[in-house]
Amino acid sequence: MNTLAQTLFNGMALGSVYALVALGFCLVFKASGAVNFAHGSLLLLGGYLVAVLHEPLGFAGALAVAAAGTAAAAAVEALVLRRVARANGPAVPTILTIGVDILLLTELARRIGGDVLGTGDPWGAEVLTIGGVTVAQARFYSLLAAALLVGAFLAAFRWTGWGLSMRAYSSDAEAAALMGVRGDRLRMSAWLLAGALAAVAAVFLAAFPGTGIDRTTGQIALAAFPAAVLGGLGSVGGALLGSVVVGMAEALATGYQQQLSGLGSGLAEVVPYAVMVLILIVRPQGLLGAKESTRV
Amino acid sequence: MSDRSAKAHTSVTDRVRALGPRRIAALAGCLLLLAPPLYLSSFWLQTGLFAMVAVIAAIGLNLLVGTAGQLSLGHAFFLAVGAYGYTWLADDTHRSGTADLSGLGLPPLLAFVAAVLLAGVAGAAFSPLSGRLRGMYLGVATLALIFFGHHAMLNAESYTGGFNGRTVPEMEILGLSLGDADDGLAVLGVPFGGLERLWYFGLVLVAVAALAARNLLKGRPGRALGALRDSEVAAAVMGVPAARYRAAAFTVSSMYAGAAGALLALAAQRVVPDYFSLLLSMDMLAMIVIGGLGSVAGAAAGAVFVSVLPQLLAHYSDALPLVVSAGSAEPGLGSADAARFLYGAALVLTLVFAPGGLVSLRGGRAARALRGLPRPRRPAPTLPSTSPQPSAGATTGGDTLKEHTP
Repeated sequence: MNTLAQTLFNGMALGSVYALVALGFCLVFKASGAVNFAHGSLLLLGGYLVAVLHEPLGFAGALAVAAAGTAAAAAVEALVLRRVARANGPAVPTILTIGVDILLLTELARRIGGDVLGTGDPWGAEVLTIGGVTVAQARFYSLLAAALLVGAFLAAFRWTGWGLSMRAYSSDAEAAALMGVRGDRLRMSAWLLAGALAAVAAVFLAAFPGTGIDRTTGQIALAAFPAAVLGGLGSVGGALLGSVVVGMAEALATGYQQQLSGLGSGLAEVVPYAVMVLILIVRPQGLLGAKESTRV
Repeated sequence: MSDRSAKAHTSVTDRVRALGPRRIAALAGCLLLLAPPLYLSSFWLQTGLFAMVAVIAAIGLNLLVGTAGQLSLGHAFFLAVGAYGYTWLADDTHRSGTADLSGLGLPPLLAFVAAVLLAGVAGAAFSPLSGRLRGMYLGVATLALIFFGHHAMLNAESYTGGFNGRTVPEMEILGLSLGDADDGLAVLGVPFGGLERLWYFGLVLVAVAALAARNLLKGRPGRALGALRDSEVAAAVMGVPAARYRAAAFTVSSMYAGAAGALLALAAQRVVPDYFSLLLSMDMLAMIVIGGLGSVAGAAAGAVFVSVLPQLLAHYSDALPLVVSAGSAEPGLGSADAARFLYGAALVLTLVFAPGGLVSLRGGRAARALRGLPRPRRPAPTLPSTSPQPSAGATTGGDTLKEHTP
């Protein structure tokens, strides 16, 4: 029973980190109509900046700078993306993000090399015991931080002028523009937000029981892609739901490793994708995605 | 459909006028490609073979991405299926070190064909997704293949040899071994070892792959896929079954990747899981974008560029500023990193400034593209591409459909 409770908590915590990534991913998709394959590298950039800057600036300062830096990198990517010609098919902007990913990842991997960098987070390897269940402190705070950030985002999305124009723009860009929504600024704000969220997610991915930032951290964050897709790309609620599903599935696969050993070791890495494929076979548009219809 | 008569109209004149000199040039190029084994060292032959692998894989991926407009990040998986498939089918069951490796012990040529088919089966098995998901959605879904493949390569040890991989049995055609056999075969005084012999095998494969892709694109399937890419609704109205064509494009393209993987196994002589990573898939996408989406020649050019560049930089790292050889303590860029920077940048710049890729830069179009003027749409990729036709710029999108209009 305790194992189950612990596993479920870990799943929620993991899901909350994925939610931060998947939310950024979904925002970018809504704003630019491209799947941002460079998102993993943006996250790695955030983590790397925190790791490098936490000694001179302290953890909080480093995180703030990292979030700003990652947001700026995302903005640069958005600027490049604006210039791309879409004549060769709708997948072209997405391919451009792969090019950005190659550049960013090469540079970061070169700088990080084989090292594992600590982020100097204040939680260390502390654990909390809540009702007989022992959990890592960092996990608890990741859940808290994600809940706060996602809550703030949802509130802004629902009640502010920015949220309204964002919703209007993603449902009909042309009509929104005619109503005075500034598409460029809006797109840029989505990318900035996505970048900042990725930096925060990087810190929690690296925190205990994770080991730190290494060159593959970005790839671990790729598990947020299935989260966004199985929820239905472009649906904020879907991205959040998908993150919980993926986090839970991964935590269950890790928690019940022994019982599942027949399927081979390292199953946890594969599980998010297996869940995604199964869900997409049943519902190609994702759990909460709207079925596409075309008017002729 | 009325395309047959329209096609006859354009192709007779176009071929005579435009393809004449090109065909001569192509023939000369083919003859030139026969020569390297006589002159080049094994390092360059190996590089050339890897380039051929990349060419075959890129032509296949281009059918899917460039023509059908579907994105795949999972093609490294199909290369792995081809490579491991060939190894498993051709190898005998034996004990290697501490591991028991299974194998079917088929004749190598048969194993090669079967490995390609195996990759095709794997591609077809993905059709519930590849037929129904569009564009970038499929791109994310195919990420799953990379992770499944990696998991299988590490865990199915009796088939794959696990983390350390397994050695690849030599190819043998009609009793002639394409490995480093001691049969004293020499041509014009040059001893012909495994790489020299494989070179010609690779050339044949590349030729078959290019011709098949060209014919596929030129005919009904190519037009149907292009129409699907440009407008699914229009294509459906014209009677193109979208799901079936998408799934078929994915399957064919996975067979190309399978053939490339099997050739890769032969050239590398050992298959290891780490090679077939997401990076390989990204490199392949870089190849086709740099070369020119939707064009067979472009895919080949991009593939050669991306696969040969790291080797070139490594070889001449002493002479180049900023670049140092791998593992060197000097400050500077490793050659592999430098190459990735170069083709990453090439990918981004291509998409921003010359979306048609290398093939679109012929005939003074570079200048136009650089000035940012609208580029006249390339005629359907595999038709003999000629100088820009005045009417080609009139419509944006739907170049593949354009031929249907009188």
